[in-house]
Amino acid sequence: MATAETKETKVKDENISSGKFVKDPVNKVLKKEEKIELFRQMVRIRRFEERSLRAYQQGHIGGFLHLYIGQEAVAVGSISVCGDDDHIITAYRDHGHALAVGMGMNECMAELFGKATGCSKGKGGSMHFFAPDKNYWGGHGIVGGQTPLGAGLAFGLKYKKIKGAALCYMGDGAVNQGAFHESLNLASLWDLPVIYIIENNGYSMGTSQSRSSAYQECLAKRAEGYDMDWDRCFGHDIYEVRARTKAAIDRAHEKSRPTLLEIDTYRYRGHSVADANAEKYRSKEEIEDYKNTKDPINLFQRQLISEGVLDEETAKKIDKEARDESNESAKFAEESPYPEVSSITEDVYWEVDNPDQKTSQGRIFFNDEA
Amino acid sequence: MRVIEYKEALREGLSEEIERDENVVLIGEEIAQYNGAYKVTEGMWEKYGDKRLMDAPISEAGFIGMGIGASMLGIRPVMELMFYSFSYVAWDQMANNAATVRYMSGGQINCPIVVRGPANGGTNVGATHSHTPENMFANVPGLKVVCPATAYDVKGLIKTAIRDNDPVYFMENTLLYGEKGEVPEEEYLIPMGVADVKREGEDLTIVSHGRCVLMALKAAEILEAEHDISAEVVDLRSIRPLDEETIIASVQKTNRVLLVEENKPFCGVDAQISHLIQEKAFDDLDAPIKRVSAIDAPAIYSDPLEKYQIPNVDRIVKGALTIG
Repeated sequence: MATAETKETKVKDENISSGKFVKDPVNKVLKKEEKIELFRQMVRIRRFEERSLRAYQQGHIGGFLHLYIGQEAVAVGSISVCGDDDHIITAYRDHGHALAVGMGMNECMAELFGKATGCSKGKGGSMHFFAPDKNYWGGHGIVGGQTPLGAGLAFGLKYKKIKGAALCYMGDGAVNQGAFHESLNLASLWDLPVIYIIENNGYSMGTSQSRSSAYQECLAKRAEGYDMDWDRCFGHDIYEVRARTKAAIDRAHEKSRPTLLEIDTYRYRGHSVADANAEKYRSKEEIEDYKNTKDPINLFQRQLISEGVLDEETAKKIDKEARDESNESAKFAEESPYPEVSSITEDVYWEVDNPDQKTSQGRIFFNDEA
Repeated sequence: MRVIEYKEALREGLSEEIERDENVVLIGEEIAQYNGAYKVTEGMWEKYGDKRLMDAPISEAGFIGMGIGASMLGIRPVMELMFYSFSYVAWDQMANNAATVRYMSGGQINCPIVVRGPANGGTNVGATHSHTPENMFANVPGLKVVCPATAYDVKGLIKTAIRDNDPVYFMENTLLYGEKGEVPEEEYLIPMGVADVKREGEDLTIVSHGRCVLMALKAAEILEAEHDISAEVVDLRSIRPLDEETIIASVQKTNRVLLVEENKPFCGVDAQISHLIQEKAFDDLDAPIKRVSAIDAPAIYSDPLEKYQIPNVDRIVKGALTIG
């Protein structure tokens, strides 16, 4: 059984550096270019999110927009240690994971704009990005609703004798949902190769962890009730995220056993852009402190510079490229057409979309004729 | 032709599909080692083993959701609900995840899952175990809903449901499991969305589904013998997709309609059927459409009253006689 790190509210500057995990085997093997690529991915997510926020404020995007800013090292780090047969599923704060699995900014931004060129043809929106060709199974809007699906992906891999794992992400607000607990029980009972990753940003919407969860010290410890391995790590250190996730993936691959991995992180913005109280249920000082001391991108930039892998100039260039790419994606989205009215009833039933393989008869849609 | 029970026909259909496709797996409470709460899966665990039949803990949201996730990877899970009333515990998974993941992914994903089990009252178990949610699931685009009434239909339809690439919610009836009917030895499939005229008639169309079909048939005999009314009985078999053509053709022949279902009347399946008939065959009607549904209250426990609350032969005959 893994042991938990003691929760530290303040982390001393020297402890934040990624030195501790730089020598972990999974990080030791990283080539210079691969390290820069991890950095680039985090920067791309940050700039994409900022650009989407601007588009939201300009009225191009409606509904919900749950930004990933501050949490970038979690998605990039954990997904970077996945192999070809490992699968990803997450909740509604899904843009970071989408970019990390290799989805393009254009298709993602266009989806936010509700355009036909979006990754879900404008039918899913911010909370529902999918790319099954990249082993990315969403993007799910109901808190905790994706956790049984994550068990199902793992079940499917095991049933087909594929040596893979399902990484199922959720926020700290999901751990009090019944479906989550049912999933933990099934995963352990049936030896499913699933890794439940709690991205603990401290707040389920406006309710802090101490006001929502009965066990305060550590959420991942709940795994013990299901005889499941668990672990906990800092989410601002991408090297640590990689090391801890890899250990869980190895457990899934080698032993077909699940893991509950809690990763402490922080979101700079509100629960969604529509969260009017983002700076009321937590202090400005708290937000600023995290930005100043634990920003995952700044920390990794500093780490890579200290390793001699990156220099300021290259970092600036990467940042500019990411800004340009995000601006381009907003332009692409704006210029893209909205879906046709006829598309409203497409992609509802597989059978309707594949008429040459139709086996049913009868009426399936019940719109009165105009 | 040989005569077997509804549950035996269902078991044959499940077994044939297990043998045909290695991705078919049956999961549910007490389906394996216990041999099934209603013996539908009797002997199957012994024959097909742990991989193909799995006993689930009492955890409907968990295991149904797990089946949905597995189906996205190409597994064909056939999940049993001991009572379809328990679907309410798994509602988010069944109505939110299974029904919408295809749409919200822009058609990139499909869920070839079957969720089956009995959805009926009339068994003296009180309201929590007597729900008939076919109307509610049929209200959700992305889902298919099937309610077979006979041994022949249940076998042909379960095989089709398992092969279907969309989620199919397959609603049986504990009071039908022991009903016998003719089932051929050779393999057959019944497409969804095809109604079956179970009895031909000239004066009145009775549209029904599930166990009410059997009562409608008995009522039709009484109407013929005692009231000289020739009733046609249309068994929907499949709620969504719906065979509107067979309904309309029958209405055009008889010009009078009685709708019979165990659903509650408000927003029941028959509310939709009634709308369709007035839309497509208004001029063919010689009288207003009448309905016989469950009496609009939670399912009562008391046995004789429950037998009256859900449609029975007597209420169907009386309903037919009110049509002018």
